[in-house]
Amino acid sequence: MILTGALTHGAKGIGQIFYYATPIMMTGLSVGFAFKTGLFNIGASGQFIVGAFASVYIGITMSALGQVHWLVAVLGSLIAGGLWALLPGILKAYANVNEVISCIMMNYIGMYAVNSLVKENPILFDQAKNQSYSVAQSAVLPKLGLDQLFAGSSINSGFLIAILAVIIIHILLNKTVFGFELKAVGLNHEASKYAGVNEKRNIVLSMVIAGALAGLGGGLLYLAGSGKHIEVLEVLADEGFTGMSVALLGLSNPIGILVAALFIAYITEGGFYLQLFDFAPEIIDIIIAVIIYFSALSLLFQHLITRITTRKIIKDNSKEEITS
Amino acid sequence: MGHIIEMLDITKRFPGIIANDHVNLQVKTGEIHTLLGENGAGKSTLMSILFGLYQPDEGLIKIKGQEVQINGPLDANRLGIGMVHQHFKLVHNFTVLQNIILGMETVKGGFLEMEAAREKVMALSQRYGLKVDPDALISEITVGMQQRVEILKMLYRDNDILIFDEPTAVLTPQEIDELMSIMKALAKEGKSIIFITHKLDEIKAVADRCTVLRRGKFIGVVDVASTSKEMLSEMMVGHKVNLTVQKEPSQPKEDLLKVEHLCVTSKREGHIKNTVNDVSFSVRGGEIVCIAGIDGNGQTELIQAITGLTKPKSGNIFLKGQDVTKQSIRYKNTHGLSHIPEDRHLHGLVLDYTLGENLVLQEYFMPPYQKKGFLNQKAILEHANALIQKFDIRSGQGAVTTARSMSGGNQQKAIIAREISKNPDVLIAVQPTRGLDVGAISFIHEQLVKERDNGRGILLVSLELEEVMNLSDRILVMYEGEIVAQLNPKETSINELGLYMAGSKRGNDLSNA
Repeated sequence: MILTGALTHGAKGIGQIFYYATPIMMTGLSVGFAFKTGLFNIGASGQFIVGAFASVYIGITMSALGQVHWLVAVLGSLIAGGLWALLPGILKAYANVNEVISCIMMNYIGMYAVNSLVKENPILFDQAKNQSYSVAQSAVLPKLGLDQLFAGSSINSGFLIAILAVIIIHILLNKTVFGFELKAVGLNHEASKYAGVNEKRNIVLSMVIAGALAGLGGGLLYLAGSGKHIEVLEVLADEGFTGMSVALLGLSNPIGILVAALFIAYITEGGFYLQLFDFAPEIIDIIIAVIIYFSALSLLFQHLITRITTRKIIKDNSKEEITS
Repeated sequence: MGHIIEMLDITKRFPGIIANDHVNLQVKTGEIHTLLGENGAGKSTLMSILFGLYQPDEGLIKIKGQEVQINGPLDANRLGIGMVHQHFKLVHNFTVLQNIILGMETVKGGFLEMEAAREKVMALSQRYGLKVDPDALISEITVGMQQRVEILKMLYRDNDILIFDEPTAVLTPQEIDELMSIMKALAKEGKSIIFITHKLDEIKAVADRCTVLRRGKFIGVVDVASTSKEMLSEMMVGHKVNLTVQKEPSQPKEDLLKVEHLCVTSKREGHIKNTVNDVSFSVRGGEIVCIAGIDGNGQTELIQAITGLTKPKSGNIFLKGQDVTKQSIRYKNTHGLSHIPEDRHLHGLVLDYTLGENLVLQEYFMPPYQKKGFLNQKAILEHANALIQKFDIRSGQGAVTTARSMSGGNQQKAIIAREISKNPDVLIAVQPTRGLDVGAISFIHEQLVKERDNGRGILLVSLELEEVMNLSDRILVMYEGEIVAQLNPKETSINELGLYMAGSKRGNDLSNA
């Protein structure tokens, strides 16, 4: 059921997969991108929620913007997430503070700050439901007819934006001079320094880009118009941590992350249907975790097997050389 | 005299390589036997087999005529085999005495019997002339002393087969002489010594016989007294080698690199220390200036300050007359400074990048390698292929091989190709031949001389005295962060150089360094 559940409702199911995949694709991309450049961005959670707040704030208050309202809200989430990662980046580059520590702190600061900002602000806060109000209709991401294609699902253009981000990051990392530098810093920062790369600036920049990606993820989710609101709860955003599994499963490769996010969204959605059989939601989470765990393990095995076989080939070759 | 060690027909295979291919090693009692071979010839593998770290695939080992199975260092120790490793295995915050008895403590009722141990150590040190202070901490004694501690460790364990793995690499010429006489004394007392090295002078100085290995194969055993150095090197490499570098006298031109009153401070063990202290010198076009000195006397810090990897505390650096002290690394890289770094893995290469990418590591941001912010793979590939051809860089798949999978010699060639192809005015080369075999070394020496003849200024930092004497037009000796002498290689000897390096002699005329 967990493996087929997502498909029981046909097009709607597929649309939902895309919808669920969007935010975790972005946080996964954030973690994976940082990882490629030698940083461990454990702060995707904080950047995500800060981005979400920025988009919700813009989405509720600036309805005068009209047509471009949603675009401004999306950009707001991007910028907010980036700013949230700026501080850990600066600390890492100039004071050699481990980014893991500062990111974890920024996660909590982000969560509590957003909670209090939402709560203190009567324009945003819906006291009856203990959550933020819905964003203005003009701030909701356009559906672009995707809701017709996948009838009944919450899919919207956010998914396309996420795919665009994947493509941009892929090109950035693999084709540009900037990506070449960023990767070099990640692989061997001493050698990049020797080669004249400004590693400090690059560390800050890659942190900011990673943060912007996570923040964008927050924006895309909360602007989906699918009834998702910022709830005032003292819980870190899940998507940040799921992003780590996505990055891990996708081997930090942007295209890999795209596939991994779809896969995790697929089994998560399948998981909902397990509730039909009276499974507690926690059990479902455990089952999903086990599936992700084993898919990561299978990658490991695959790696081992190829290593062993290539070794064998080398050995055979050398034997042949000797005998001949 | 019988054979104390016989390793017969030893074969050891590793994936993709045969490290030892039917190798024989027979050592007589009381002789100094050298094991000669280039890097990768299989010397270390053979010794690891003797020491029980590897099991041979074929062949047998006899110790004192008895066939034995050695399963580990403990077995080896029981058979009386001891080894001084290239990198000493000492506990730095223990005293000399504690290090010597470590693992062989005499215990009475659960308590250490230090006095008995001390007596035995002192007796040994007197008998073999190995002067040490048993209560000094390892971290406070010199490298030469540490080596003596290692030797005492073997003697304390009553080993009578002593293996020395490249023991002279870290020593000054004077310390080497002392070590040689210690080795002779040990042999006279009936100890058998296996001496691993690739320095021919040392073999001529102490060894009785020499076993030569080449690419895992057994080449032969020769009597050292009746074999010339040239013959030994030919056996080792497989073809005739020019041991001295051919070069014309230098024709120095104008100053290209000038360093004035440079000071660098760094933290060592909690103390702030001037690792480079008021150093001034210049390098002119068309000459090779060599900085000689024992490792750790400030050479690394000096070069890092010149290239910009660290910031100097005070002083100025001029490149072609322009003050570049405060300029960025990239500015220096693109304005005529090339740097072959000391540590090719740490600084020289991004190991997970391909060879082609590594060859443009300092130029990728300039046309033709970039176009509107995008890398131009075609130009990078063409550049790589040209350099691969010109410098004979060998790798599995050409330009797309990852640097990690290349051999050390070819990695070094890649760095040298990259640095020379930038057409620098000043080329700084730090230990460019470290860990390379004779063939690669002579190639690199030729390249350096060729660049000198093209009018570039070359600053060479080397720990190898042979290299210093052979290659340089001018020698600056560094000791404790200062330049203590300027020498002309034609008017000085290795011994004199050694005295300056050890700090026991100081030059006077440094005004025009």
